[in-house]
Amino acid sequence: MTLVAPSPVQTSPVAPARTSSTLIGHFEAGLDAPICLTWELTYACNLSCSHCLSSSGRRDPRELTTEECKAVIDELQRMQVFYVNIGGGEPTVRSDFWELVDYATDHQVGVKFSTNGIKLTPEIAQRLAASDYVDVQISLDGATAEVNDHVRGPGSYDTAMRAMQNLADAGFRGFKISVVCTRENIPQLDEFKAIADRFDAQLRLTRLRPSGRGADVWDDLHPLPEQQRELYDWLVAHGEGVLTGDSFFHLSAFGSALPGLNLCGAGRVVCLIDPIGDVYACPFAIHDEFLAGSIREPGGFEAVWRESELFQRLREPTGGGACASCSFYDSCRGGCMAAKFFTGLPIDGPDPECVRGFGEQLLAERAEDALPKPSGDHSHRTSPPRPRGGAGPVPLTLSVRRPDAPPAHACAESPLAGFSPTTTAAGCACGTDH
Amino acid sequence: MDSIRLDATLTVHPRVSIRPEPFGALLYHFGTRQLSFLKDRVLLDAVRACDGTRTLAQALAEAAVPDAQVERYRRAVATLVHSTMLESRPANEVAA
Repeated sequence: MTLVAPSPVQTSPVAPARTSSTLIGHFEAGLDAPICLTWELTYACNLSCSHCLSSSGRRDPRELTTEECKAVIDELQRMQVFYVNIGGGEPTVRSDFWELVDYATDHQVGVKFSTNGIKLTPEIAQRLAASDYVDVQISLDGATAEVNDHVRGPGSYDTAMRAMQNLADAGFRGFKISVVCTRENIPQLDEFKAIADRFDAQLRLTRLRPSGRGADVWDDLHPLPEQQRELYDWLVAHGEGVLTGDSFFHLSAFGSALPGLNLCGAGRVVCLIDPIGDVYACPFAIHDEFLAGSIREPGGFEAVWRESELFQRLREPTGGGACASCSFYDSCRGGCMAAKFFTGLPIDGPDPECVRGFGEQLLAERAEDALPKPSGDHSHRTSPPRPRGGAGPVPLTLSVRRPDAPPAHACAESPLAGFSPTTTAAGCACGTDH
Repeated sequence: MDSIRLDATLTVHPRVSIRPEPFGALLYHFGTRQLSFLKDRVLLDAVRACDGTRTLAQALAEAAVPDAQVERYRRAVATLVHSTMLESRPANEVAA
């Protein structure tokens, strides 16, 4: 047995290529502190991606204040959490974002943040390139604008490409390009790699989860069974040069294990702090079912990590449930807990994307009301998720405004707004509350 | 990577942070953003003893590595040097 398990993986959940089973046992039993954790700083976002894990859009008025965020960072420093993956929402739209990044890196907590690139100006890119303690991850879900913008919204491809160009121009080497693998973009894997190579960046591929708004599009977007195989083969061919955040351990049953821990790290080696300080088992499980506690309670984050009943339970040995007798259980370990939960499958059964097809079988058999109800939604009210099966005709009632009754409302500046010497217009024509 | 000799003087890279855990320790290198796992506490003691004032042989002795295990631990340390968690450099450079 070797004494050192080096990790070739640079991002979360940090994962060594080959770890002994005893080490896996330690991880399953939970560590004194997470190896890394995801911290979503805000639910506010300029985009409305159709697969958003956290159903982000609007800021929550209860979000942590700057001082509360700094107290969390102090605690992470004490617990020696080496780095945090900051996300959202779009974290950079918080006005104290750069202040918090500086505070973290000044306190030996490294930062990797995920962004759609909206705030990555040439000046910011220069600043980021100068720091060893900050890493950047740009989200891109299509190698072409057509495929990307279909999921992430109009203009988002251009925003991401501009941000990447700014980082490359500033000399930032090895930033990450993070791709959620979908039915639409799996044919583009080589193109993604070419984009990453062009910017001297590193490609990171992750799994589409049926979490948040992802639940609404999962059926249409998750890779088809033959695409899972294509993805697996591509990952094997590209080895450790492509990061996966340990996303695809359920595919290990195709053959040899992919680089990574190959276990569900939820509540054991990873967790999530959401914008209002709630702690969940993992970034893909924002639901009351996986809520461990809040950093606002006495004892803070450390008490939640060490003592929460949920985390204690997740660290107990699992028998494998319905998968226990499967010969591939040792490699896939039953797959992703969140994927099962949000597709309405039993937690101790196969993953919905089980490579042997057991998940699909269960999906076909599940009851109509099997899907869990979301326990939170911060989506933009003005841009709801597109209806499944494509948008149909939009019903409109057309009317013609009488020329002698111009629109007038409370914010019209003229004291005579709406007043006409011959007629009196009453009420408001603009159709909104204000 | 097996080229590290027992008479080498080693130090922990200044950008490496060490977090003890029940099974051993986690090492994180802020420069390379890599993580390593030390799988036992004896190795952790040996790594901590690599402070630029001792040879590797002395550091292993400080950590009470039995003679029969020295080669195994030397190889483990070589892995850490290879990933730049540890640096091979004489004490006078460290002091500078």
